[in-house]
Amino acid sequence: MRKSQLHHLTAPLIDNNPVTLQMLGICSALAVTTALDTALIMSLALLTVLATASTLISLIKAHLPSSIRLVVQITIIASLVIVTDQVLRAYAFEISQRLSVFVGLIVTNCIVLGRAEAFAMHNPVWPSFLDGVGNGLGYGLILMIVATIRELFGSGALFGVTVLPLATEGGWFEPLGFMLLAPSAFFIIGLLIWGIRTRRPAQIEANKFPIISQAVVEKT
Amino acid sequence: MSRNSPLALWRRFLALPNDSRTKTLGVAFLVSLVAAIAVSTTSVALKPRQEAHIQAAREANLAAMVATLPGLAEVMRETGAESLETVVVALETGQIDPTIDAATYDFLSAQSDPTLTQPLAASEDTAKIGQRPNFAPVYILRGTQRLALVVLPVYGTGYQSTIRAYLALHGDLATIAALSIYEQGETPGLGTRITDPAWQALWSGKRASDNAGEVTIVVVRGAATTANEVDGITGATRSTTGVTNLVQFWLGDLGYGPFLAWLKAEEF
Repeated sequence: MRKSQLHHLTAPLIDNNPVTLQMLGICSALAVTTALDTALIMSLALLTVLATASTLISLIKAHLPSSIRLVVQITIIASLVIVTDQVLRAYAFEISQRLSVFVGLIVTNCIVLGRAEAFAMHNPVWPSFLDGVGNGLGYGLILMIVATIRELFGSGALFGVTVLPLATEGGWFEPLGFMLLAPSAFFIIGLLIWGIRTRRPAQIEANKFPIISQAVVEKT
Repeated sequence: MSRNSPLALWRRFLALPNDSRTKTLGVAFLVSLVAAIAVSTTSVALKPRQEAHIQAAREANLAAMVATLPGLAEVMRETGAESLETVVVALETGQIDPTIDAATYDFLSAQSDPTLTQPLAASEDTAKIGQRPNFAPVYILRGTQRLALVVLPVYGTGYQSTIRAYLALHGDLATIAALSIYEQGETPGLGTRITDPAWQALWSGKRASDNAGEVTIVVVRGAATTANEVDGITGATRSTTGVTNLVQFWLGDLGYGPFLAWLKAEEF
């Protein structure tokens, strides 16, 4: 694999992460990250859908009438999501019950349609596939980080295996109930973004709507 | 190669300008066709596996509900009963039909089979199920002296989905032992709170019917005040109303009412 192609795979991990830089897919990142196993299955489901959708859309892009472009893209994505959901229900029933509607909601995940529109429509098949896998990994990476923190401090376990013995079961660890609530994911993602942008100031967005200070108003 | 061979036609189709009407319709049709085939193939191929999982979940649910019932462990020890006895009841007459093997009777598929159901008029269909099966499985547990527990499978429409549950009655056939909802697709976070174990536990010990046999159990808004009322859930009014309706329907004359009356006459 040439270096420029490898770039499609690695860039979305941190430099152009779909969650922390583009702020996409936050909704599911809140919902499925109370435990590592659900976060892992959700990441794999999204990665599969994203990589396949990008590949298919890139394959047919030359013959896609612009008037029905979005409809066709959504049809492909929705079909892939249904297939993925059905496979999970058949082979990972217990986890699919806990993920409830969120696998189905991958259809509305902006990352999938975003990559199809922004990348797969203008690039050859192989780079589109790599871009899909890369963005899926970038999304999965953030989900796994958030889920690790939430499961460890919220229920003292990792992948359901007790790491910090809970006080209620004779151990010493008092779980942070807040970690099991959706807002905690907001805080963790916010802190992650802060950390990444401190290390990489290039990611800081320009202030598009600055508050005009009193001094400036008086001068004009 | 002739001008009209399929391959030549396909080439001509691909060579059309993208925004021509033929190409737009053609691409839309082909994408839909491929997507439909992919979705339906997976759905049909994986159905048996999914059904097996749902079946296992249902059995685990029944076992879990029975395990939480107070005093049941003692009853089982006293009588030496390992599990519940299953019988198939003809709902019309209310009597047990010994000709149907309970182990092989498929209640779920009977619910949508026109030959095994009886259509319901809109006015009598309070559980909104459209048609009522002619036969239903019932689980019975007998103590040494008398009847200990009857478990009835019930279902009906909630806000946006079919709610399926087991309703367990104590030996007096008027007091609810437990309600266990094992399948529903209500609004996540709102209606789905009917599966909350704390709410389902509120049903235990409630009076399902009065001395005259009239079904009186009801979910009320706010807190319950009498023995036949169950607390409502804020934000899940229509789902809890659905549960009230289906419990009332199945305990009523069109549901297990005749069977319960027959059982009562047999026992006492």
